[in-house]
Amino acid sequence: MSPELINLIIQATGESLYMVGIAALLGTAFGLPLGVFLATSRKGELYAAPLVNRVLGIVVNATRSTPFIILVVAIIPFTRLIAGTSIGSTAAIVPLTIASTPFIARLVEAAIREVDGGLIETASSFGASPLQIVFKVLIPEALPGLLLALTLAVVSLLGYSAMVGAVGGGGLGDLGIRYGYQRFMPEMMLAVVVVLIALVQLVQSAGDYLARRVNRRLRHR
Amino acid sequence: MVRFEAISKTYPAYRGKPGVNALQDIDFAIPRGSITGVIGRSGAGKSSLVRLINGLEKPTTGRVIVDNRDISALAGRELRLAQRSIGMIFQHFNLRSSRTAAGNIALPLEIAGWTKADIKARVAELLALVGIADKHDRYPSELSGGQKQRVGIARALATRPSVLLSDEATSALDPQTTRAILDLLANINRELGVTIVLITHEMSVVRQLAREVVVLDGGHVVESGHVADIFTHPKHPITQSFLAEVIGDSLPVSLASRMASEPSAGGQAVIRVQVRGAGAGDTVVARLARDLGLDVALLSARIDEIGGQHVGSLTLGIPGGEDAVTRTLAWLSQHQFSAERLGYVA
Repeated sequence: MSPELINLIIQATGESLYMVGIAALLGTAFGLPLGVFLATSRKGELYAAPLVNRVLGIVVNATRSTPFIILVVAIIPFTRLIAGTSIGSTAAIVPLTIASTPFIARLVEAAIREVDGGLIETASSFGASPLQIVFKVLIPEALPGLLLALTLAVVSLLGYSAMVGAVGGGGLGDLGIRYGYQRFMPEMMLAVVVVLIALVQLVQSAGDYLARRVNRRLRHR
Repeated sequence: MVRFEAISKTYPAYRGKPGVNALQDIDFAIPRGSITGVIGRSGAGKSSLVRLINGLEKPTTGRVIVDNRDISALAGRELRLAQRSIGMIFQHFNLRSSRTAAGNIALPLEIAGWTKADIKARVAELLALVGIADKHDRYPSELSGGQKQRVGIARALATRPSVLLSDEATSALDPQTTRAILDLLANINRELGVTIVLITHEMSVVRQLAREVVVLDGGHVVESGHVADIFTHPKHPITQSFLAEVIGDSLPVSLASRMASEPSAGGQAVIRVQVRGAGAGDTVVARLARDLGLDVALLSARIDEIGGQHVGSLTLGIPGGEDAVTRTLAWLSQHQFSAERLGYVA
């Protein structure tokens, strides 16, 4: 493979990591509080607001059931408003963030709901405020689950990022389609797939490792 | 100290499930510095009752006064401040698995806004108090059930509460560990003067630790008072059934299988004598045999001590036919023993 092509792969990998990294950060920044709220706003919970909970749930489900490629195209005006343009890796971060936020929120919600209700009651019994319960009980106890959720989200984002090539987002997926498919270069397609597989393995291993490290329950079993 | 005034608690109907009257007409007081056992079967309302004391639940009607304050009227920040003076321990310990023993004990102090240095000193003190100073850096997964409950007790006492609530705290522990934990609670009550309210379905817990007892059934207080008074003269069937758990009212299998309803020649009449009160059972067999000149057989006996009073029953075999039985029953009744004829054995 020629040095130019290798350069292309390196550049595309950089674009993919940039899009996925920023989108994962933003998705977590929005998705974590949203997920905590979804878990704690059900009837009888800390921030009980069943009606708000249901409305948010519907919005989250609607976003999650929209195919990503359609979401990308549908929100082009919004993307232009936020990023100033609808083309390029930076613009692609907008749909990636919008798609990952509800996904992360649902994973966070599931992890938080796994926390033993007895712990919440215990913290209430010694006078912890709802916010203290969230930060001193729910999030730290759910941390292994949260880390695994984030890992899953990053892996999914890598998959999504391959689709934003359709709107000039760049990245590995774009490279694979333009060179590997449209220019009949199977070796390029193979290289892109190998890099993606390596990235996913890396992310998953790192996530597993971190989750195991914070999980005292498993560590001492 | 803790006073329930005309309390009722109703859980409203929800999603097709009918509403539940968990507690009704609850009116009693728990004296300062006492150890009070609240005993009842599952669903009797024990958990609801204890959660009214620390404001985890609100009564539907009535008031709960703790330390001269109506805790049922408090909310938000005021309630959270009041909760710091009421500790609670749980059946399943409810420790944070990702924190060490010391970290778990520190949690209520962090929430109360103590400084790091103060927390450190207090945690060391508490670990020593509950006898696990060497487990400072251990995670809950590395501790035994008894050690976990000791951490729970230390955590509940961290903010120096005046009341300690125990929600079936020994129900998940083996008998030996239960005894050790109950001893620890007795020490804490004696040395720190903390009022302890124990809810339990185990008579053995009440018997070993409590001085006052409240018997709950179907959301009502059916009996309450000193442990010795209640269990030497149990009035309500539920109290009697709890007492039977300790003293047992079933006959040994070999005896029960030989029991007949008609006397046989040369056989014995089987009589059960109830023993109640200090030293009551000590000499009854000897005196009965001497006074009536009968070879009284002791077929089975169980006497236990509850609140310093003897409680139990003796099963006696009386030889010598109907005349001897009549004389025996008359003697027992004359000496204030309650007795009944169960049958005959050959």
